[in-house]
Amino acid sequence: MNTSSMNTITPMGKFLWQVKREFWEHRGGFFWTPLIIAAVMLAFMVMGLVTAEFTAHQHGIDINGIHLDQLASHLDAEAVAKFQGALDVGLITMGMPIRIALFVVVFFYALGALYNDRADRSVLFWKSLPLSDTQAVLSKVAAGLILAPALAVLGMIVLQLGFLVLFTLYAALHGINALPYLWSPTHLVAMWIKLAVLIPVNALWALPTMGWLLLCSSYARSKPFLWAVMLPIVTGVIISWMQLMQSFSLQSGWFWRHIVGRLLLSLIPESWVNLDSLRALDHAGADPSMALGNLLSFGAIADQFASPNFLIGVAAGTVMIAAAIWLRRMRVEAYA
Amino acid sequence: MTAVVQAKGLSKRYGNSLALDNVNFDIEPGRIVGLVGPNGAGKTTALKAILGLAEFDGQLSVLGLDPRTHRTELMQQVCFIADVAVLPRWLRVGDAVDFVGGVHPRFSREKCARLLARTKIKPTQRVRELSKGMIVQLHLALVMAIDAKLLVLDEPTLGLDILYRKEFYNNLLGDYFDEQKTILVTTHQIEEIEHILTDLLFIKEGRIVLDATMEDVSERFAEVMVNPDKADAARALKPLYERQIFGKSIFLFDGVDKTRLAVLGELSKPSVADLFVATMQGTYA
Repeated sequence: MNTSSMNTITPMGKFLWQVKREFWEHRGGFFWTPLIIAAVMLAFMVMGLVTAEFTAHQHGIDINGIHLDQLASHLDAEAVAKFQGALDVGLITMGMPIRIALFVVVFFYALGALYNDRADRSVLFWKSLPLSDTQAVLSKVAAGLILAPALAVLGMIVLQLGFLVLFTLYAALHGINALPYLWSPTHLVAMWIKLAVLIPVNALWALPTMGWLLLCSSYARSKPFLWAVMLPIVTGVIISWMQLMQSFSLQSGWFWRHIVGRLLLSLIPESWVNLDSLRALDHAGADPSMALGNLLSFGAIADQFASPNFLIGVAAGTVMIAAAIWLRRMRVEAYA
Repeated sequence: MTAVVQAKGLSKRYGNSLALDNVNFDIEPGRIVGLVGPNGAGKTTALKAILGLAEFDGQLSVLGLDPRTHRTELMQQVCFIADVAVLPRWLRVGDAVDFVGGVHPRFSREKCARLLARTKIKPTQRVRELSKGMIVQLHLALVMAIDAKLLVLDEPTLGLDILYRKEFYNNLLGDYFDEQKTILVTTHQIEEIEHILTDLLFIKEGRIVLDATMEDVSERFAEVMVNPDKADAARALKPLYERQIFGKSIFLFDGVDKTRLAVLGELSKPSVADLFVATMQGTYA
């Protein structure tokens, strides 16, 4: 026996290799997409600044740094804090295109995760290795709910830093020292920690969608997209129609929101945020920037863990993932 | 030594048709077994059962384990190459080696590198950039670098040219096979591998119709080329199969004393392909 061939393999090691495999396969969606979006947005900002500068020049508008500087020096501590709060909100919302792209990427990733390798029969290669179906499926859950969002956060941080550098340079061009206003390390780090903490919260919230998509991906013999999207939507339409016919007591709005929405849209980052309370605050005339900050506060996150909507979703997602694992073991009929 | 594969009353039903009908066989260690049968005879079904890829009725033990419940453990000792089990097209060669090295306790990176060095495959290439022959070379290098007890090959060389096919089996015999290992292979190009087989398993319509070592086969079976005047005498000995060539008849006999056959005409050893055709006659009728 060849002793050099004995590697020490741990279950965790196997799991991480499988997550790595998902990364290799989906490098474009997971890694490059957020970075490219960040680069494109920064390019637009540069173009915007150049245009602004050019227009100002043409029309003889003098952006006089001294005035602004004087203005800034008149800002009191409260105003600076307010400005930085608004800046935080701005920096967080700036990542919106990356969040939307993340939703699209992970949605289609999950839909194909247990289907594509059956369609091209490479599942038999993976199954010829000592890997359990449970680990295989869980590695895909981790890739979609932890790895991809983490890389998206990385893209958002690149975007934020690019934005801050750009505007610091622009301000400097006009003789303004923006460093004390734009660059607050404590603010930035606190925000990045917040973004990192949101990853597992979003992951738990997204479990029903992840579970549903993986279940369809594992179940479908063809066209998993149709199963995943049409089944809940057609059911929703039927229920709405029955309600229209007044023959059904269940509220169709409830179904659309808690079943269809949770099965298909929970992958949208921060979609657990209670928008009703945002509207309420808006009506109350509260500062919207503060309101958004509050909605993403640790208190709001903690509240989520206690809400039945959240907990039932986690349970439903777990059950569907378990079903996807079971089907993964049974569905190898691609090998005929 | 205990059998590597033990099947007792193995059955598998797809709807109304029986893919495997109460099949019994043992595969001993250190053998190269050819599982041969026409299309749809149940070869793949048997392999799927052995690999834990399908449910079945009856008893099946592979390396002492039930493949249905212990697939993950089993795959540490069992390797598998199938024409249909393709490597994913996006995978890079270097990543494939790293991955198998990362998850397989019995994989030797050095051996894999040595095997790949003999080919034109480069670590930076993706599977989609490789030809069909190179993909099989890569798959074989990955599998041969695993010190497994049982290697299952299902039409491994389908669609390859003769150079790749020869090289495939030469590598397997020269650098892989030893008395610790067992190979179970199905192929339609049976004439190309009959010299390396130690055992034959013929399967027809879900049943094993021949289970013999190659020595048994050459003991039991004989072919005689008979002139027309002695053809009736030959037919009286109940040949398995008869065919005509250049005005003479060639008869294939099972278990008839060779001294009796020698008087009828020129004796020869039947090829596995002839034996196969004789055994399977009427399959598609």
